Amino acid sequence: MNRVLARQLKTNVCGSKHIFQRAWSTHVTRKVSSTAGSNESNANSTGDSPQHDIAIVGGGMVGIALAASLASKPLTKHLNVAIIDNNPLLGRKNIIEKGHLPDPRVSTVTPATISFLKDIGAWKYIEEQRHAYFDKMQVWDYTGLGYTRYNAKDVDQDILGCVVENKVLQSSQLSCVQESDLQKTIYPARLNSMDMLPSSSLTGLGEVPSTADLFMRGRLAKLELSDGNNVYAKLVVGADGSKSRVRELAGIKTTGWNYSQNAIICTVEHTVENFTAWQRFLPNGPIALLPVGDKFSNIVWTMDPTEASDRRSMSEDDFIKAVNDALDYGYGPHPEITSSGGSSLSWLTGDVNISAKERFETPPKVVKLSSERMMFPLSLRHAKDYVSNRVALVGDSAHTVHPLAGQGVNLGFADASALSRAIAEGIALGTDIGEANLLKRYEAERKPANIAMMAVLDGIQKMYAVNFGPLNAFRAAAFHGAHYISPLKKRIISYASGEQSLPLFS
Amino acid sequence: MNQMQRILSARRLSHSIIPQSCFLHRRWFATSETDASSPPLSSAHQKIQTLEDKASNKSRSTASTTSSLNEQELAKFSAIADTWWHSEGPFKPLHLMNPTRLAFIRSTLCRHFSKDPSSARPFEGLRLIDVGCGGGLLSEPLARMGATVTGIDAVDKNVKIARLHADMDPMTSKIEYQCTTAEKLVDEGRTFDAVLALEVIEHVANPAEFCNSLSALTIPNGATILSTINRSMRAYASAIVAAEYILQWLPKGTHEWSSFLTPEELTMILQRASIDVKEMAGFVYNPITGRWLLSDDISVNFIAYGTKKE
Repeated sequence: MNRVLARQLKTNVCGSKHIFQRAWSTHVTRKVSSTAGSNESNANSTGDSPQHDIAIVGGGMVGIALAASLASKPLTKHLNVAIIDNNPLLGRKNIIEKGHLPDPRVSTVTPATISFLKDIGAWKYIEEQRHAYFDKMQVWDYTGLGYTRYNAKDVDQDILGCVVENKVLQSSQLSCVQESDLQKTIYPARLNSMDMLPSSSLTGLGEVPSTADLFMRGRLAKLELSDGNNVYAKLVVGADGSKSRVRELAGIKTTGWNYSQNAIICTVEHTVENFTAWQRFLPNGPIALLPVGDKFSNIVWTMDPTEASDRRSMSEDDFIKAVNDALDYGYGPHPEITSSGGSSLSWLTGDVNISAKERFETPPKVVKLSSERMMFPLSLRHAKDYVSNRVALVGDSAHTVHPLAGQGVNLGFADASALSRAIAEGIALGTDIGEANLLKRYEAERKPANIAMMAVLDGIQKMYAVNFGPLNAFRAAAFHGAHYISPLKKRIISYASGEQSLPLFS
Repeated sequence: MNQMQRILSARRLSHSIIPQSCFLHRRWFATSETDASSPPLSSAHQKIQTLEDKASNKSRSTASTTSSLNEQELAKFSAIADTWWHSEGPFKPLHLMNPTRLAFIRSTLCRHFSKDPSSARPFEGLRLIDVGCGGGLLSEPLARMGATVTGIDAVDKNVKIARLHADMDPMTSKIEYQCTTAEKLVDEGRTFDAVLALEVIEHVANPAEFCNSLSALTIPNGATILSTINRSMRAYASAIVAAEYILQWLPKGTHEWSSFLTPEELTMILQRASIDVKEMAGFVYNPITGRWLLSDDISVNFIAYGTKKE
């Protein structure tokens, strides 16, 4: 266990503007009950510090998803949650004006995530904002040897996924949390340090032990924030991204490597509306074109770091030319659809594989660049443990993946859903929510699924990283197989949609 | 009836003949003077019974006991008692089984007392007693669910451990722990809304008497929940051979197969104690996931929920 002792910083009062509610245990069900209400904390008093059940560090999409999921369950909606995030805009209403240009930071949410968002009541808010369902997908590469088309009708669904801006996802879920009965407090600060002590007896503390006493006897974790506040919680959830501070402070080791690739993302515009998700694997990395609605699309282009900085700084027109080239005839020919290939495998297609009969299409031309070009380095990172004493990791802090299949945040949402389910079960059976066994159940549910997905994505990334004749032919064969063999295609769609959590044995 | 009496008398014999070196949950409940359900005792049996009486009377109060058997037992138990709350220690099987037992208790008691199962503290206002509470594994979650819990155990060390651990969390520090027996509480006239005796009856000298005490502790229309191990071949294979000898989850000699009760016998004993058994469920262990599940299979571990007649 990491014992990180930090110095006391001067307290600072102005954080209180963003704090919606100081939740005090005034009702009967809380254990440190009536007297805590009178210890109303002014930040500069040395009185009792705020005590919460769960402290979520990181108010991004996944952290707020956890809060929203807890708020939607009857067993957990009475909990007291603290959200610690440095972003001062978090929680401000109406930060998204209608009619604005789409932000380049978007995510593709799978049908499984859409059900989760519907369950927590956030989907109705998302539908009020810009969002783009798509029901077709086309994947091909630069060799021109093969292509695959997926259609939602292959699995009797209406959609393969939906593309939503990250801001919209975050604010919709936050609206759910704010409307619920969940007692929440937002701390606009950064986490400086964290401490947990081993359990010991509370004898001799009197009727209602103070927060500091409970911390000293190992019942609470103490978080020291950059604005000088101390927050105490039974469980600390690290939802603070791939460079997670919680993970670092908890001493959880990670494995992983940096891909020698950077991704450029931006919003572009077409003359016609785009309803398909396109991905073409180029020698240095895939380029993806995803519809975001209203004739806009989002580009995620993975490439070498040097190319990336070039493409980022080149003029807009040159960039648009490069994009159109990459999606069209650049780097290699279009795949040919030979009739012989179709008929020889027609016994495999069956009636159900609608997309096998679809022809190869060229993506719509890009006419305008509608946002700045943002660049991110790509890496793979996996935490060795997802849980530790009174700590749990969700989202990118537990696992960071390559964006090539749009799975990253979907894994995070699945984590949030699993953790809130584990917490609800624990509460139902009277367990202390910081207890190791409960958290281990969450880990046992999510770790295999996350590792399997990371392995698949990493495998695909490595397979495309090499331009080697026999490997190209193998990839072409894989394309043909995925395109024509219905059961395989259904499995692939079902796995990518989140309906199955493991690629093989579900 | 004859078979029952034979079983009961056999148990009395076996307790003194077989060295009870490693009985973990050995609890000496005082057998009452008038035992209506037992056969007329021969003088040999009477001697054994009075020996048990003496031993049980003494063991409850202090560490000084007449019989060397008791001291040995208590010492063995005291040695392991510190590990009650080590989830990977000798009590690991109980820790693993705990959530499953709690799930059954929660669902049956919520239904019995018409409480909202989706509330986080459904047992608010109910007085529960955990007979044979050990280190408090069951009492603490019940307290977190809102109940007013009393935990009793005949072994003083257990009660001390339970008290220490319950004091670590403000939610459980209100649990009342006492080193006493069910019979004594009956004498004191205490009653509870629900009485729980999990994994106790297989260690008791006189199950019928024990059930009478449990029933006396329950208010009319209250609930009684018992769990134990079935006296079946499968139970011999799993709970004794597998658990004690092969997997070594429990010390050898923890359970005595002849002390197990079949569900029918338990129902009958409870019936005679004015408790109607309403539901029974079994616990099944999945070795792959390492979890216990509730099931209809009552051939090894089973739990019974009954209601006290008016």
